[in-house]
Amino acid sequence: MNDYPRDAAAIVGVGHTEFSKNIGRPERTIALEAIKMALDDAGLTAKDVDGLVKFSLENTMEVEIVRNLGIPNLSFFGDVGYGGGAGCGAVGHAAMAIATGVAETVVVWRARNRGSGGRPWATRPTNKQPGEMQWFLPFGLSRPVDQIAMLTRRHMIEYGTTQEHLGHVATSVREHATRNPNAMMRKPMTMDDYLAARWVSEPLRLFDCCLESDGALAFVLTTPERAAALKQPAVLVRAASQGIGPDHLVMANYFTANPLDTPARYAAQELWRLAGMGPDEIDCAQFYDAFSPLIVISLEEYGFCKPGEGGPFAAEGNLKLGGALPSNTSGSSLSEAYVHGMNLILEGVRQLRGTSTSQVENCENVLVTSGNGVPTSSLVLRKP
Amino acid sequence: MSSQPLRPVPGPDDASEPFWEACARHVLLLQACGGCGTLRFPPRPMCPRCNSFEQAWVPASGRGRVWSWVIAHPPVLPAFADRAPYNVIVVELDEGVRMIGNLLETPNEEIAEGMPIEVAWEDVEDGVSLPQWRPTQ
Ligand SMILES: [Zn+2]
Repeated sequence: MNDYPRDAAAIVGVGHTEFSKNIGRPERTIALEAIKMALDDAGLTAKDVDGLVKFSLENTMEVEIVRNLGIPNLSFFGDVGYGGGAGCGAVGHAAMAIATGVAETVVVWRARNRGSGGRPWATRPTNKQPGEMQWFLPFGLSRPVDQIAMLTRRHMIEYGTTQEHLGHVATSVREHATRNPNAMMRKPMTMDDYLAARWVSEPLRLFDCCLESDGALAFVLTTPERAAALKQPAVLVRAASQGIGPDHLVMANYFTANPLDTPARYAAQELWRLAGMGPDEIDCAQFYDAFSPLIVISLEEYGFCKPGEGGPFAAEGNLKLGGALPSNTSGSSLSEAYVHGMNLILEGVRQLRGTSTSQVENCENVLVTSGNGVPTSSLVLRKP
Repeated sequence: MSSQPLRPVPGPDDASEPFWEACARHVLLLQACGGCGTLRFPPRPMCPRCNSFEQAWVPASGRGRVWSWVIAHPPVLPAFADRAPYNVIVVELDEGVRMIGNLLETPNEEIAEGMPIEVAWEDVEDGVSLPQWRPTQ
């Protein structure tokens, strides 16, 4: 096998709209706003762009981006599937295109009006459920939170993970959000606040769930050589991985030999191999957190803890700024905004530029992960 | 037109049709590989172990244990609103495969990991029955 091209592409521009419950502008418009901001941030224009990578679930097609932005010749485009699992993989695809010379400057974006746009799980058109839904929906296992709660209960059964452990995750993330002016939820939260919140799907409560948000984000990537001459300090893509384990079925992989091995277990092994480093070298992590237990499971799957130790690790304060592994330092999906995890990549870039509102000292290597209930992906970002 | 919200029902496909057809007769069948005998759920065209397209349908014992469960609270799908908070379980069948269902005849607070349970049929529409579960009698 050829050597994996480490550090062969760099994030040179970031852009994002405000995050809100009702942004008041269509997804197409906010997608273009975020892309324009990312190009401006890099000091590049549409004339420089020759590649686009999007989420399969994205509603704005490449042709719309090309004809609105005025891209003269788009020679590379592609998309990555599985919703919240796609973000790091989309950046990884952009980096591969740049590393191989297929493209020089690639934009990755996601626009999603989920705060004002209703609940996708509640608007399925017919009562006959096709595909994997035929096994879940007739029984009322209908929402993402129900599917993740089922895994969480099993984690509690096998390892003794507690509701208080999840409370420590949620309150640690909120503590970071209190310092982030972009965050939608900046009010301090105590363990009592957490435990007093209503159930959504037992064993998960309201504050175990991400926010319903509108917003768009975009990233511009190019070669490290070109990056060196641009406005912002370059953030290198050390490595990116994707993963689907055996016998997986979208968000409810209860049918595999060990359902507590989510696709992240596989993406993690590949990431560390491709990056040529391990969890010990990571200064800061941004874990996908559509739901708080996903942080606990990710700590174990990415090798920061042994199976079952993720909850106690959070309870010891290790996720907080100053802890052993400052994590989700923007407030992330639980408290900043839920834009399919793309704001986790943004916060990874902020940490490496030194502009986070919860800045980790001497931050050199950052782990970013995408959704681990679904086929997933992950990134190591680093300073040149 | 009834104002009752439509209950989601299975939309059988080429692989699952024999399963749901048997359910309508209150028979729980599992798909097995015709080459190596490996059971697989949910059903699919190919065996992931030996890649055979051959298949057989074998009767399941209808017995298993609670592997995990949730209690869904509002907001839920309109068709389930009048029963919330309601349980959903993952059952591990004695044959080793897992499937999703509801545990009937059991208060939510009495559900426990490892509870022995057995299949109990729920007729939801003409020709549509769901494999459900109740404590072993
Ligand atoms: Zn076989």
